[in-house]
Amino acid sequence: MKRVVITGIGIYSVLGKDLESVKDSLYHGKSGIGYDPARKEMGFRSGLTGIIEHPVLKGILPRRLRVGMAEQGEYAYVSTREALEYAGIDEGYFLNNEAGILYGNDSSSIPVIEAADSMRAKKDTTLLGSGSIFQSMNSTVTMNLSVIFKLRGINMTISAACASGAHAIGLGYHFIRYGMQKMIICGGAQEVNAYSVGSFDGLSAFSTHEDEPIKASRPFDAERDGLVPSGGAATVILEEYESAKKRGAPILAEVIGYGFSSDGNHISVPNQEGPTRAIEMAVKDAKININEVDYINPHATSTPVGDANEAQALHKLFGDNKKVMISATKSMTGHEMWMGGASEIIYSILMMQNDFVAPSLNFETPDEYSEKLNIVTKTVNTELNLVISNSFGFGGTNSALVIRKM
Amino acid sequence: MQKEVIVDKVNNFLIDEFELEESQVKPEALLKDDLEIESLDFVDIAVAIEKEFGLKVVGEEMVDVITLGSLYDYIHKKVNRK
Repeated sequence: MKRVVITGIGIYSVLGKDLESVKDSLYHGKSGIGYDPARKEMGFRSGLTGIIEHPVLKGILPRRLRVGMAEQGEYAYVSTREALEYAGIDEGYFLNNEAGILYGNDSSSIPVIEAADSMRAKKDTTLLGSGSIFQSMNSTVTMNLSVIFKLRGINMTISAACASGAHAIGLGYHFIRYGMQKMIICGGAQEVNAYSVGSFDGLSAFSTHEDEPIKASRPFDAERDGLVPSGGAATVILEEYESAKKRGAPILAEVIGYGFSSDGNHISVPNQEGPTRAIEMAVKDAKININEVDYINPHATSTPVGDANEAQALHKLFGDNKKVMISATKSMTGHEMWMGGASEIIYSILMMQNDFVAPSLNFETPDEYSEKLNIVTKTVNTELNLVISNSFGFGGTNSALVIRKM
Repeated sequence: MQKEVIVDKVNNFLIDEFELEESQVKPEALLKDDLEIESLDFVDIAVAIEKEFGLKVVGEEMVDVITLGSLYDYIHKKVNRK
């Protein structure tokens, strides 16, 4: 079995457009959540959303490489460039070295809607343009990035709802661990627009604390009333340890455990048993004692049922051990959905590298389950060596990743 | 429609959307070899022609469109046949 390390990270998120600004936001507990009045005009229950700007790629990428990219692909391009630069990989590297891409993405709404509108209005498919199909498919991110960066290894998208990005890293870890690939660009991307989340809003899943957007996402707090949709992209360069060492790559952390499970139960209501099995599997895979864990980045989206179940699952696993710190970065970012499992690994690594735990914002009043956990509400300056990151999704898909500082 | 108007519109589109240099945009330029316009790009050119001139481009008719000059001529002929 090969060891799998992280040699590069890159982020384009509502907390900042690069690692440095995201690290600052995390440290200072700066929220990326705002209010979009246009959503109310469209009939949304909640106008809350993560706020993000589209990157301008004209002049950076030639037209042919841009036209097939949807919004989330653009975010992923920017985060991947940053991750590759971090990992010390230049443009020519992939011509001589095989590398793959496994990225989480589970929707691409705008191009699909625009194509349908055009077909209805013009009744002529030749007027949809050449980029529409490549923007519309779920694999839009991986098909575009593999062409842009000239990747010649494993090339596919992982669609696993809000655990997509996490499973992408977990599967990348397995591919490298079993010697099938030396390097894989992993990550997750999430579009940020009203149309992509209208049906989610329609389930009454979003917070309606609209008066103070930065107080809306309140994981584990007794007053939580739903999640805030968000997005962006996060890229993690996974690499086989010996190979990384040989090329003198910066080694940030080692992926030592991946656990997965499916609830096998309800399509939208999570349970405790599924996530618990995923975490137990990850801990077993990592060959660690669960009480050695320093920090948990929980799934914790700020929904009443999801957080209660996760809090109970964590309490069952950790008992009354209050050493393990828990902080939900979704309190700042909102729910980054397909991207979340990857971005939260990056947030965790930024904390590891800079010796702190970010505050879990808006955790003011514990409920009967969260009061048993050590939830960090103010920035803690401390060394982190062992971290677990949880991600769960619709359909009961669960992932837990364990990383260790190098 | 005057040929000059067509030339201007096509050139502007190629410079703005296809990011070609002004110096590249000349009648004798070969679309594929000089301007590196590939088959997927022709789909977008058809969309642009529809938008600018209200013309439906027929793929088979484009077979003889090799140079930029022949593209102007093709559009000119179709516009004035309308």
